[in-house]
Amino acid sequence: MREVHVSAIADAVKKLCMDANWSLEPDMLRAFDRALGTERSAAGKQVLTILKQNAEMARTRRIPYCQDTGMVICFVELGQDVHVTGGALYDAINEGVRHGYQEGYLRASIVRSPFDRVNTGDNTPAVIHVDVVPGATLKIMLMAKGGGCENRSKYTMLTPAAGLPGVKDFVVECVKTAGPDACPPLILGVGVGGTFEKAAILSKKALFRELGSPNPDSTLDALERELLARANRLGIGPQGYGGDTTSFGIHILSYPCHITSLPVAVTIECHAHRHKEVTL
Amino acid sequence: MSVSTGADGIKDVVTPLSDADVTSLKAGDRVRISGVIYTARDAAHGRLLPLIEKGEPLPIDVKGQIIYYTGPSPARPGSVIGSVGPTTASRMDKFTPALLALGLKGTIGKGYRGQPVKEALRQHTGVYFGAIGGAGAVLSEFVKSATVVAYEDLGTEAIRRLEVDGFPAIVLYDCHGGDLYQDGQKVYAREDG
Repeated sequence: MREVHVSAIADAVKKLCMDANWSLEPDMLRAFDRALGTERSAAGKQVLTILKQNAEMARTRRIPYCQDTGMVICFVELGQDVHVTGGALYDAINEGVRHGYQEGYLRASIVRSPFDRVNTGDNTPAVIHVDVVPGATLKIMLMAKGGGCENRSKYTMLTPAAGLPGVKDFVVECVKTAGPDACPPLILGVGVGGTFEKAAILSKKALFRELGSPNPDSTLDALERELLARANRLGIGPQGYGGDTTSFGIHILSYPCHITSLPVAVTIECHAHRHKEVTL
Repeated sequence: MSVSTGADGIKDVVTPLSDADVTSLKAGDRVRISGVIYTARDAAHGRLLPLIEKGEPLPIDVKGQIIYYTGPSPARPGSVIGSVGPTTASRMDKFTPALLALGLKGTIGKGYRGQPVKEALRQHTGVYFGAIGGAGAVLSEFVKSATVVAYEDLGTEAIRRLEVDGFPAIVLYDCHGGDLYQDGQKVYAREDG
C-alpha cells in the first residue's frame, strides 16, 4: 500500500483550479492557430485573434480567461494500491477547490441548492467521479466547466433502428441548437452506449482527450472527423457571427449497451476549455 | 447625439442613449461604448421584476441606460474588476421587455434572444449588443470603475455601476429588425445540418 495524505490532494487540486482558469492548455492555443489559418470570415478571424490575446492576458496577469470560472469536475483514477490517509478523499478535493477559488480570485458560481439558490461562496462542491484502477498512483483530471455551454448539453435515447445515422444527426443538431449561446468554437464530448447515466459521464470524460489528437479507435476517429466537418459547414462560426470555425473538435467515447437501447449524450464545451491533470 | 463614427469605421456610443441614437445603430455595426453601464444577471433581474409589476421604484433608473449581462470574477487587490465577459442573454428574456418599456435602451450579452425581445426592441426603440463571450480578461481592460449599487448580498450577481471607456461590442439586434446572427451565418452555411 502506498499512502497519499489528503493534504497533498488538496494542494494539488488548489493548484489545478488556479492554473486551469489562468492558463489554457497548449492544445487549445494550437486550435486557435489552426483555425486562424482556415477561417474565411473576417468577423470570425477577429474573434479568434481576440480570444488568443485573452488567453495571453489571462496567463500573464493571472486573471481568469472567462469570468465564469465554472463548476469543478474531477475524474479521479484511484490506484487500488493507494491508501488515502488523514481524512476523506472527497473532502480533500473540495478543500482544494475552496482554497483555489478563494486565493486565486476566481468566481464563486455554485449555489447550495437548485431550489433556494444561495451561493456557497467558495465554488464548492465539485462534481467528482472516481474510478478504481490497478496501480499505486492517484490521477486527478480536473475541468472548470462553464455554465453557459453546459446548459446546451443534451441527451437522447435513440432506438437501435435509428442507428449510426441517428447518432450523427443528433450530434449535429446539438451544435446547431447550442449556436452562439454556448460560445463557439465549441468542443463536443459525445458518449454513446451504456445507460442513461453512463452515456452522460462518458460525454464528460471524452473532453479530457488532447484536442487535435486522433481517437485511438479508428472507426470512432473517422466518425469524429465526419461530424466535425458537418458541424463546421453549419456556418455558425466563432461567437455565432458567421464563419467556418463552429467547432474545434468532437470527441467520442462508447460503451456496450442493452439490445433495446442506443443512448447518446452530448456535453457542449465552450472555447474556454479549461482542463488540467496531475498524478500523485 | 451620443453616437458618432470614428475614423476606423467603429461607432462611438456614449451613454445615456436617446431613441435617435438607437435608431442610428444597425446590426453588424462595431461599437465602442463609453460612460456608465449597469451589470445585472439572473438573480438581480429576479428581484427587479416584482418591483416593476408593483409599480415600485427600481434601485437604478434605467431610462436611457444599458444593462450588461455579466457576473464578474473578484478583483485582485489594486484592480478595478476581475474578468468580465458576457453571459447568455436569453435567460433574461423573461424580464427584458418590461425593462425596455421603462426606458432601458440597450443590453449587452451573447447569444440568440426570443421573438418577444426582438419585438420589444422595435416597439420601444432598443438595441442588443454582443460582447465576445469568454474574452473576460480582455474586456476587463475597458472598465475604469466598478461600484455595487444594489443587492450586494448577491455577490457576483449584484447590480454594479461600471464606468467603461471604449468597451468593444457589436450590434447583434437593432431596432429595425436587423439580426447579425442571421446575416452572418447565412454567408457561411453550407449544409442545413
